[in-house]
Amino acid sequence: MSKLIKIAVRNLFRYKRRTLLTSSLIAIGVMFVLVFVAVAGSFKYMMVGQITDSMLGHLQVHKRGYVASIDSLPLTLNLTADEAATLESALGQIPEIEAFSSRLKFGGMFSNFIETTNIRINGVYGEEEIATLPLFPSRVVEGEATIRKGEILIPELLANGLKVTVGSNVVVIATNRDGSVNGRQFVVGGILASVTGPGGRDGYLHIEDAMEILRLDEMEISEVAIRLSDFGRLHDVNARLKQLLSPELDMQGKPVFDVRTWEGLSPFYNIARMIDMMTFFIRLMLIAIVLVSIMNVMIMAVFERIREIGTIAAIGTLPGTIRSLFLIEGFALGVLGAVVGNVLAWVVVAILSISNVSFNFGRETGLVLAPRLQVEDMLLISVIVIIVSVVAALQPAIKASRMEPVEALRHV
Amino acid sequence: MSLIVAKDLSKTYSVGEIEVEAVKSVSFAIEPASFVSFIGPSGSGKSTLLNLIGCLDKPTSGTLTVADVVTAGLTRKEAAIFRGDNLGFIFQDFNLIPVLTVYENVEYPLLMVKNAPAEERKKRIIPLLETVGVIDQKDKYPSQISGGHKQRVAIARALVTNPRLVLADEPTANLDSKTAFKVIDIMRKMKDELGITFIFSTHDQAIVGEVETIFSLHDGVLVGITSGKGRDDV
Repeated sequence: MSKLIKIAVRNLFRYKRRTLLTSSLIAIGVMFVLVFVAVAGSFKYMMVGQITDSMLGHLQVHKRGYVASIDSLPLTLNLTADEAATLESALGQIPEIEAFSSRLKFGGMFSNFIETTNIRINGVYGEEEIATLPLFPSRVVEGEATIRKGEILIPELLANGLKVTVGSNVVVIATNRDGSVNGRQFVVGGILASVTGPGGRDGYLHIEDAMEILRLDEMEISEVAIRLSDFGRLHDVNARLKQLLSPELDMQGKPVFDVRTWEGLSPFYNIARMIDMMTFFIRLMLIAIVLVSIMNVMIMAVFERIREIGTIAAIGTLPGTIRSLFLIEGFALGVLGAVVGNVLAWVVVAILSISNVSFNFGRETGLVLAPRLQVEDMLLISVIVIIVSVVAALQPAIKASRMEPVEALRHV
Repeated sequence: MSLIVAKDLSKTYSVGEIEVEAVKSVSFAIEPASFVSFIGPSGSGKSTLLNLIGCLDKPTSGTLTVADVVTAGLTRKEAAIFRGDNLGFIFQDFNLIPVLTVYENVEYPLLMVKNAPAEERKKRIIPLLETVGVIDQKDKYPSQISGGHKQRVAIARALVTNPRLVLADEPTANLDSKTAFKVIDIMRKMKDELGITFIFSTHDQAIVGEVETIFSLHDGVLVGITSGKGRDDV
C-alpha cells in the first residue's frame, strides 16, 4: 500500500501545475465553506444567545393550550399554585437546569395620566428573571435592572411614545379574570431596550404586584422560563422534563403541561433553519466543485497514461491494483485540498476574529462577530471532500483497470 | 516438453466493418531456453503472435499452450497473474514508469506483482542491475538516462521475477547498432545463465543474426522456420 501511495503521489507531482490548480480549487472551496460555516454559525449562535438569554430562556413550560393563544395572554390558562408546585418539583430533579423564572403575564393598559396605550406585563421575581436571563440587565438602557415592588420597567417604545422617564408615575390597568377592571399606580424604575416582535411591548413588574392588579388570592403562573447550564443538552432536558411531567393529566386525560424549547417559541428559529439550509447548499456546491475538478483531473490522468497502464498490466499488475492506484491519486488530491483549505480557513477566521467585525441585528447594534471554527465542522468538511474525491476518481480508475493491455500498449 | 505449442492459431481483428486476419492458422512449438525471433515485414503478424503468447490478447481460433497453460480460457485477472508468474516483457519504447527510479522500476514487478519482501527484492535487483550494467544509474529517473540504459533497465525489469519466457517486441528499434549489440549480448547471456526463453519480434538484422530459430511470417502466415547463426549446432 505504501508503494502505491508513493507512486500515486509522485504521479500527482508529475503534473505539478495541474495538481496545484486542482488542489487550490478544492482548498479555496473548503476554505469558503468553513469560513461561511464559522461566520454564519457565529451569527446564528449570537442571535440565539440574544433571544434566549435576554427574553425567552432556553425552555419554557406553559399550561397546555396557552401557547396557541399566547398573543392574547389569557388569564384562564394559567398554571394553578398546585400545578406550579408540581412543575417546580420536576425542575428540581433535573441537575442541568441552572435557573428558572416563573412569570405571571397579562395584557393591560398603560397610562401617563394624559395618554394611554396597551402593554404586555410580565410579573416576575427580579432575581429569578435575571438568573434565567443573564442578558436581561443589558437591556436596561435607563434606570436600574432590578424589579422592586411598586416599580415597573417599561419598553423604550412606550417610554418614548408617552414621554415617560425613570421616576415618572404611571398607571397600569388590567381586566381581571372575572371581568372587572383594576388599576395601580407605579413608578418607572427602568427603561428597556425594545426588541423585535411582540416582546417589544413587554413591561416588567414584581409578581406580587401583578397578583394584586389581577386580584389573585393565590399564586398563578402563566409561564416558566428555564435556563440550562449546558445549552448543548437542550433536547435531552426537554425530553426528560416532558417525561417527568407526562403523568400530570387534566380532567380530559390530556397532559397539563406544555414543554417547549426556544425553537418552538421564536420566529428566529426559522432564520436559524435558513442559515442551516444555506450551509447545506454551500456544502453541496463544494461537493460539486470537488467532484467535477477531481473527475476532470483523473480522466486526464488516465488518458495521458494509457500506455503506462498497458505496461503495468502487461507486467502482471492486477486490475484491482491499477484501480487502487488511481483511487489513491484522487484520495491524495482530496487530502491535499482539504488540509490546505483547513489551514486557510483557520487563518481567515483568525483574521476575522481579531478584526472585531461588528453588525446590527434589529435594534441590537455593534454586535461583534466572533467566528469560530468547530473541529467537528472541519472534520466533516474534510471527510466529505475526501470521500467525494475518491468517488470522483472511481469512474476513471475503473476505466483504467478494465483496459485491455494490448490496446493500451498500442495507444499513441 | 515444449514451452509454447500453437496449433492452427488464428487472430482476426474487426476494423469497422472490415475483418483483418492478422494471424492465419499458424502452428509451431518453441522449446525451453530458446532464443528465437519472429521476423517479417510490417503487418505480417509478428507482434500479434507475441501478444497472443504474452496473454495480452486472445486467439480467434486454434489453441495456444504456454508453460502448460491453455491461455485462451484465462480471465483478465488470471491472465495478469499468469503473466506476473511466467512472463517478462521488453518493449520497443522501453515503457519504464517515469515517476520511478531505475531501481524502483526494476523493483516494481517484485513489489507490486510478486509482493516479495524488501530483503529478497534487494538480493534480486542489485546483481541484476550489475549484470545489465546500470548499477551506477540506479537512483536516476528514466528521463535522466540514455536509450541504451533504459533498455537495459527494461531487461532487468523483465528478468527480475525469474520468468520462464521473455517477450521482446522490437527491443533494439530505438537503439544505435553498437548499443543494440550490447543489449542482445546481455539477453543472450541471461538465456545461457538462467535458461530463460527469449522470443523477439523484429526485423533488425542484428537480432536475426543472433537468434537460434527464426520464424518467418508473411501476411499472417508462417512461411518458414530456419535456424539462425546463434544456434550452437549450426
